[in-house]
Amino acid sequence: MGPVLAGVLQLLALTGALALVHIPFGTCMARVYSSKKHLRVEKWIYKGIGADPDTEMAWPAYLRGVLAFSLVGVLFLYLLQRLQGVLPGSMGFSSVNPAQSFNTAVSFVTNTNWQSYYGEQSMGHVVQTAGLAVQNFVSAAVGMAVAVALVRGFARSRTGELGNFWSDLVRGTLRILLPIAALAAVVLVACGAIQNFSGVHEVGQFMGGRQQWGGGAYASTEAIKELGTNGGGLANANSAHPFENPTPFSNLLEIFLILVIPFSLTRTFGVLVGSVRQGYAILATMFTIWLGFTALMMWTEFAHHGPALQAAGGAMEGKEVRFGVGGSSIFAVSTTLTSTGAVDSFHSSFTGLGGGITMLGMMLGEIAPGGVGSGLYGMLIMAVIAVFIAGLMVGRTPEYLGKKIGGREMKLAACYILVTPALVLVFTAASMALPTPPHSMLNSGAHGFSEVLYAFTSAANNNGSAFAGLNANTDWFNTMTGFAMLLGRFLPMVFVLALAGSLAGQQPVPATAGTLRTEKPLFTGLLVGAILIITGLTYFPALALGPLAEGLA
Amino acid sequence: MNNSLLRTTRLLGAALRALLVLTVLTGILYPLTVTGVAQALFPGKANGSETEADGKVVGSSLIGQQGYSLRYFQPRPAHGLGQNSLNTRYRLILSGATNLAADSKELTRQVEAAKAAVVKDNSVPGHRVRPSDVPADAVTSSGSGLDPDISPAYARLQVHRVAARNGLPVTVVDKLVEDHTTGRTLGFLGEPRVNVLELNIALRDLVAKR
Repeated sequence: MGPVLAGVLQLLALTGALALVHIPFGTCMARVYSSKKHLRVEKWIYKGIGADPDTEMAWPAYLRGVLAFSLVGVLFLYLLQRLQGVLPGSMGFSSVNPAQSFNTAVSFVTNTNWQSYYGEQSMGHVVQTAGLAVQNFVSAAVGMAVAVALVRGFARSRTGELGNFWSDLVRGTLRILLPIAALAAVVLVACGAIQNFSGVHEVGQFMGGRQQWGGGAYASTEAIKELGTNGGGLANANSAHPFENPTPFSNLLEIFLILVIPFSLTRTFGVLVGSVRQGYAILATMFTIWLGFTALMMWTEFAHHGPALQAAGGAMEGKEVRFGVGGSSIFAVSTTLTSTGAVDSFHSSFTGLGGGITMLGMMLGEIAPGGVGSGLYGMLIMAVIAVFIAGLMVGRTPEYLGKKIGGREMKLAACYILVTPALVLVFTAASMALPTPPHSMLNSGAHGFSEVLYAFTSAANNNGSAFAGLNANTDWFNTMTGFAMLLGRFLPMVFVLALAGSLAGQQPVPATAGTLRTEKPLFTGLLVGAILIITGLTYFPALALGPLAEGLA
Repeated sequence: MNNSLLRTTRLLGAALRALLVLTVLTGILYPLTVTGVAQALFPGKANGSETEADGKVVGSSLIGQQGYSLRYFQPRPAHGLGQNSLNTRYRLILSGATNLAADSKELTRQVEAAKAAVVKDNSVPGHRVRPSDVPADAVTSSGSGLDPDISPAYARLQVHRVAARNGLPVTVVDKLVEDHTTGRTLGFLGEPRVNVLELNIALRDLVAKR
């Protein structure tokens, strides 16, 4: 069997596993978010928080919960890093400097996991497990909560009520993320991922001499890092490191974990709005884009254009032998079409076009299938825009799921899709125009520009992967990517929740013969087209200067 | 005004308590439970898959090593590997890739130099290696810089050299490589590979026995 065929079979196996799981799992998640019952442990937690989980919240209250919880998360994580030097159980590692602590705190709370630090030498056990990994859980649960609030906006009518943030946060963490992560972590250990709390470990080497590596909760972090589409690993090499991702099977499992919640949430959406076929239309849109991107990536990586890759006879620079070109291509697309940003191979050394595909994946807004929660709400915003475009074509007031898409709804949706492009393009332009930031670039020419464009695309879209040659541990990049991550996460959430509030207050309009059928393949086609055209028009000039210039040279 | 300040304080208090409770669950109980299960079920793997030769630990079978002499099978290049610059009382390995672009002159130079060295080192009397025989993994750095494996093609390419340097028949070394080749998992997952550390340990045993 050749490597191309093996790659295609891995893709098919992954697709099969997702197809098998998404229906029961998506339905189960719908039950989690609509059940009236609280588990006993949840009741204790609500008592501890001092919140009544049955109080319905209007959108401003829901938003305040999201923002307060995230603000406290940033402060706590910042302090933990600043105090690392005096914390026990930190392998004696020193405190992290202020700019980097700010950047890392924001990065993990926003579900980005951009890392300007070297994992192996910077973060001890306490910061890693009680700080960073906690945000891997809760930032994911926040994303899912906001998505569910938007879905409730579509499903409910003549009410301002969107659910209870604390209840959605706790249930997402306890009932969905924790059990799956625990199971996956044990499987990863069985593959060879390490899981211990020992200090720095020194062993002999084959040719003499010694080598040192730090212990750590690699498997437990790895599991939630992928499942919560976070991406911040313990090792600098992330999921390329054999302790994080030891075998071809663990590689496919990690890709599966990345994709399983975002794809399954389309089912949850379908169940909650009372029409699973609406969920299928969204799923089909996500799947079409994901499959198309993966096919393109495999094609360009197996073709290995580019002088250095031609000289080597294959695109193996930055890739591990055990994953090969096929496994690495599937991972790269899945991590950038979601908000994960974990890597099992280094995107900077991909072919010019391959690197461009990873960037374009993020520029779509990470909606195919997107981050946990953020993928679904991002895609529903695009669906609103697609029905609006369709409405313009036929001259009707657009509606989606029985809700009128009027001026207020369109303004909110338009604001949503303008936030990240504005952040990416303004910060990239500023970095290129100023005298010192370009010194951070490792490569020169088009690829150097791509490094900066990639950095802000990744930060503003809360992805976290990088063209890692860029030295991002400077005050400029630590601060500016920090702001890009904050604004790129929370401004869109403001618009999503406001939109949810506006939709929930509406009286549903009955479907008529003239209503656009949003559960049909025609709508999926329209939606795919709208996404590609809007993203293409926004980013084409920037892409032409970077990856296209490199790939077509 | 006072009222809204009070409300904000109360909200932040609730948020802090929520964070602390969830930290206990996901940041303390979860990793400790997983560690307990892992240490009970898979202690060897959970502690780094250490590999022994002659009763001494010689590394981890998952972590590729550099610096093998030409008597032994060579690993992939690792130009992106680093050494810690913080907390310098340790000498930690920093995993990493070169991050050089496909059109980088520096990368092309690295690849060409590696290819010339592979051809030169592995061409022994009676066996010439052509540049086109050299597989891509032999001349490129991996993502982690710690890739424990090489492709079977690169292992086979080194057989004549290893046989000559150790005074072994080529067929014996060929068999050794074949025995240490791992195929794709379930026939289609990943790529076939040879673990360099394990192969070299077996090679040293073989030489010692003869």
